[in-house]
Amino acid sequence: MAEILVLAEHSGESVKKVTTELLTLARRFGEPSVVWVGQGAEEAQPRLADFGAATVYVAGDAEFDDYVVAPKAELLAALVAEKSPAAVLVASTAEGREIAGRLAVKTGSGVLTDAVGLDEGLVAEQSIFGGAIIVQSRVRAGIPIVAVRPNAIAPEPAPSPGAAQLENVTVAVSDVAKSARILERVVQERGERPELTEASIVVSGGRGVGNAENFALIEKLADSLGAAVGASRAATDAGWYPHQFQVGQTGKTVSPQLYVAVGISGAIQHRAGMQTSKAIMVINKDPEAPIFELADFGVVGDLFRVVPQLTEEIEKRAEG
Amino acid sequence: MNIVVCLKQVPDTYSERKLRAADSTLDRDAADGVMNELDEYAVEEGLRLAEAHGGEVTILTMGPEKASESIRKALSMGADKAVHLIDDALAGSDALSTSAALAAVLGRIGFDVVILGSESTDARMGVMGAMLAERLGVPQLSFASKVEIDGANISINRQADYGYDRVQATLPAVISVVEKINEPRYPSFKGIMAAKKKPVEKLSVADIGIDPGQVGLASAATEVVSFASRPPRQAGTVVKDEGDGGVKAAEFLAAQKFI
Repeated sequence: MAEILVLAEHSGESVKKVTTELLTLARRFGEPSVVWVGQGAEEAQPRLADFGAATVYVAGDAEFDDYVVAPKAELLAALVAEKSPAAVLVASTAEGREIAGRLAVKTGSGVLTDAVGLDEGLVAEQSIFGGAIIVQSRVRAGIPIVAVRPNAIAPEPAPSPGAAQLENVTVAVSDVAKSARILERVVQERGERPELTEASIVVSGGRGVGNAENFALIEKLADSLGAAVGASRAATDAGWYPHQFQVGQTGKTVSPQLYVAVGISGAIQHRAGMQTSKAIMVINKDPEAPIFELADFGVVGDLFRVVPQLTEEIEKRAEG
Repeated sequence: MNIVVCLKQVPDTYSERKLRAADSTLDRDAADGVMNELDEYAVEEGLRLAEAHGGEVTILTMGPEKASESIRKALSMGADKAVHLIDDALAGSDALSTSAALAAVLGRIGFDVVILGSESTDARMGVMGAMLAERLGVPQLSFASKVEIDGANISINRQADYGYDRVQATLPAVISVVEKINEPRYPSFKGIMAAKKKPVEKLSVADIGIDPGQVGLASAATEVVSFASRPPRQAGTVVKDEGDGGVKAAEFLAAQKFI
């Protein structure tokens, strides 16, 4: 079977969910090999095997994490030259897309981003213009490079595990790839919540939340559901919630199983980032808010009454 | 300092955006064109850097005649001049060939910093900054929420899921910005009048030494096989809160097995 390179996203030894999704997808049309940059491959090996990885190429040099994306693109380009894979899959995250873009230039290949599906013929499905149009696209030059949207594919362990054979690879990273050096990583606390793009439930607050302090209501509801917290542009622009949690056209695109929009009117800017969620629940006091058009279930009411009651009810049911 | 801001004219997200049935490319006539929103922040950052460090701001865009509206807006905001890469051969170019064409222009006009929005509202790929840095062989300073320049040293805050990275490099460099970085100014009346006299240089692919066969729809490395409108979502249930809205919402979640 043709080899498919899958760039792993991980936090230390912990494999991110999107990587298991990419492996699940890759198994449909080939034999996936993982490209693992940094530490933790040995600990992660059983999980990668469960999802069908045949080989794990490990670039354990800490240097890769000291520079912005370019060294990872060089590593992938070297592996592409050596292995001639049928395709390269990365997560359609900010960094994944940038690596894909650089790899496309290096290899003269076409690149597709934000794919929500990929079939045996390597035809990718994309959802564009805020989810209004579904497009089938393919790469017709070079080796297909496809960035896949997190949460678009249901991860399934392989029927029989892969060997996940660890193989160390070394690449002499060029000076030009080391030209943007990371001096410091500033981690802002987000508690124990799941990552926004990976979460199966997302609870977002908007203008109706009113101020930064009131976002505690949104967080409490999210925590009762084990959900990630998001925010509309109005809320992040006002400084009520950090920018990296923005859902929408200039922020993150999410497709959770359940999206709960609280105090969000549903301007196209916001809809573009959440329209492909599987189920949508809306809480808003304005019955005319366009977000209700998307709602599977909506409550017209004051969020300061409805949200605490909902949170309490969820907690009660969890205990019961 | 020689500052080049790349901008893209995109269909207004508030109008209905369509693809053309004939070749699956964007129907530019169906929607009003506007400057890509994040590029407004790029223009603003370019102007601020020029104000702080001296130098000129040049706008670079690739697109049909209509894109001159966005060029005009950027000049009205205060940019000094513009280069418009305009050629029928470019129509339908994908990201790969667009980056090749823009890099060819940038190589020709020179730059200390290239600034662009971190993604466009139409294609939303978020790859152009990385591709340009790759092609030009200069540092990639993308997703910047803050830019500081001190002599030849440049540092940015690179926004990430976990917070941000402080990233350092030396000029020349490519910067892409997020909207947290600044608040774009509105063109003043004086700015609008002054923009009419500012130079806009038009270039064709031949002018920048690119073979027309290497760009455009026919040679794109990706292609749209088919497309269709998303079926509308089925209308859901909407209830008015009569004091039990939260309980009803919980019942919905339980029925859907979320709790």
